[in-house]
Amino acid sequence: MSAGHSTYTPKTGIGRWFDARMPLPRLVYDSFIAYPVPRNLNYMWTFGGILSIMLVSQILTGVVLAMHYTSDTGLAFGSVEKIMRDVNSGWLLRYMHSNGASFFFVAVYLHIFRGLYYGSYKAPRELLWILGCIIYLLMMATGFMGYVLPWGQMSFWGATVITGFFSAIPLVGDWIQQLLLGGFAVDNPTLNRFFALHYLLPFMIAGVVVLHVWALHVVGQSNPTGIEVKSKTDTVAFTPYATIKDAFGMIVFLFFFAYFVFYLPNFLGHPDNYIVANPLKTPAHIVPEWYFLPFYAILRAITFNIGPINSKLGGVLCMFGAIAMLFLVPWLDTSKVRSAVYRPWYRLFFWLFVADAILLGWLGSQPAEGSYVFMAQMATLFYFAFFLIVMPVLGLIETPRRLPNSITEAVLEKNKGGGGHPAGATAAPETKG
Amino acid sequence: MKKILTSLALVGLVAVGTAAFAAEEAHNAAAPTHFPINEPKELSWSFAGPFGTYDRAQLQRGLKVYKEVCSACHSMNLVAFRSLADLGYSEAQIKAFAAEYTIHDGPNDAGDMFDRPGKPSDHFPAPFPNEEAAAAANGGAAPPDMSLLAKARGVERGFPRFIFDIFTQYAQGGPDYIHSLLTGYDEKPPEGMVIPEGTHFNPFFMSGVSLKMPKPISDGQVTYDDGSPQTVDQYARDVSAFLMWAAEPHLEDRKKTGFRVMVFLLLFGALVYMTKRKVWADVAH
Repeated sequence: MSAGHSTYTPKTGIGRWFDARMPLPRLVYDSFIAYPVPRNLNYMWTFGGILSIMLVSQILTGVVLAMHYTSDTGLAFGSVEKIMRDVNSGWLLRYMHSNGASFFFVAVYLHIFRGLYYGSYKAPRELLWILGCIIYLLMMATGFMGYVLPWGQMSFWGATVITGFFSAIPLVGDWIQQLLLGGFAVDNPTLNRFFALHYLLPFMIAGVVVLHVWALHVVGQSNPTGIEVKSKTDTVAFTPYATIKDAFGMIVFLFFFAYFVFYLPNFLGHPDNYIVANPLKTPAHIVPEWYFLPFYAILRAITFNIGPINSKLGGVLCMFGAIAMLFLVPWLDTSKVRSAVYRPWYRLFFWLFVADAILLGWLGSQPAEGSYVFMAQMATLFYFAFFLIVMPVLGLIETPRRLPNSITEAVLEKNKGGGGHPAGATAAPETKG
Repeated sequence: MKKILTSLALVGLVAVGTAAFAAEEAHNAAAPTHFPINEPKELSWSFAGPFGTYDRAQLQRGLKVYKEVCSACHSMNLVAFRSLADLGYSEAQIKAFAAEYTIHDGPNDAGDMFDRPGKPSDHFPAPFPNEEAAAAANGGAAPPDMSLLAKARGVERGFPRFIFDIFTQYAQGGPDYIHSLLTGYDEKPPEGMVIPEGTHFNPFFMSGVSLKMPKPISDGQVTYDDGSPQTVDQYARDVSAFLMWAAEPHLEDRKKTGFRVMVFLLLFGALVYMTKRKVWADVAH
């Protein structure tokens, strides 16, 4: 997978025999042992590994849950409760799976924000970035369908609202909605196809992850300085250096994950989802899972018609547009410098964008009334302005700080002033992200 | 970094400011727009916190309250008699308890439905044959099933409290709500408030000024044989704790396992961190 020449030399006869026929050990060696990584990566670069174990954890727990789950509207809710009560360690599997989805998104958001901060999407990593965006889209579809499976009130009404978006699309909208639902309303056919797709999509995610990692190993990792690797001194071998650092990052992440699984397993869910779905009783506030809230806020912020586009279609367009922005980032950012470390103005706007995304998330959880609507409209405006105005314009007018000549120079410069502590604990803030 | 912190602080201020602005709304006691009118009271539960356990005696009292009062209208379809072993009952006690119930079963070899005494593997039988019957007998609103009630109710905590809840591990919104609701019937509605016919004012009810359920329990209604006070407040505490158990029977197991997992992750994390320091010791980065 990695660019450049392979340094793998099989030591045993069997190894040589295998290598001549199917060089799988060589692939693993080149990708996860000898693969050179920049020596200055900080802990924000451990989220790729963290996301991989979350995907594996979701698939493993999910497969076992599927052995006990029944995708029938009359039985689904009860089968989930059977898992919670009677299946050996069923409560653990189910809480790991439901909270695992949330933490999968926590990790992916940190991963995406890291990319935005350090300009990881810039040439030659555009395709790598876009593959990541596709994974994110697939994750959203998977998460949404998974939330429908327990067949609680929020499952049902969330599905009703979200599939309702598609009916806003002119001409083909109703047809798409009916195709998704398998009928005219959320019902047994919907639950069955969502279950089938919820089982299928994670494997598609795994497939795109392979492409994502492949692309990564061709272009190599970016790093906090945003300067390309120039010589061997700029890099260290993946194993043991990145392996052990990733392992530590994973354990810290799992610590937070375990805290929620064991002590606050329902904190990130909605109480209404412990009430069996009732098509005749609409909950007071229909709220999607927390990881969709910023987009939900954007959807509801459009309360006005724009020419021929009514507010519903406008909201749907803005919501999908908000995700589409991510795909365009490599071309919207005009800066010659990758990393925000050397871009003081971009850094300011980046943190404003983070705050804006959090504010949108909070607004998405509030009822769309009164001052919340105006706040959501302003926050939506800033969201789009960040991508469509700040990114292109700032790249042209901003004067970046002086860049070091190489990664090695940056590291040595930093450690000169650092008081002789080379380890990560006392690293300068620029590399901590 | 300083710049990052200042910008973060600035953004935080703006966010808090707008939140306060949004919260500022006209209040009219007679026509409230947000429910519940009163927030649930936060009690200290034995099952709260990282080492929380159920109080067996309390669960047994709660079961008594459920059996003698609540179960007249509320089903508890998901709970089997056998799981009452969690409350500290012996197998023989559970058999005797289950046998007090009549279970409609069948068909038998002759194709007839029949009644038989309950067995430990049976679930609590529902008081009404179906939801329509339950609604018809209760003024149009079917009493909710109680199996998951303690997890299916929770008053929104709002910002910033939901952040603090992460650190205090507050997960007792359900029992707090049920307790407040049960003890809230004696409150008088504010002057001028219109209470719809056939409903009962309760300032703790989360979806309106009043609900169909009348005050369900009064002082002295259930006899306790362990000397606990026979008050509505105590009944409410006991039945709320019991419902928490009914909704989350593996809570103790979960917290116990959790502690082991956390300790393991801490130790393993410390070892891996030290290894990482050693590996990177001679590489400036």
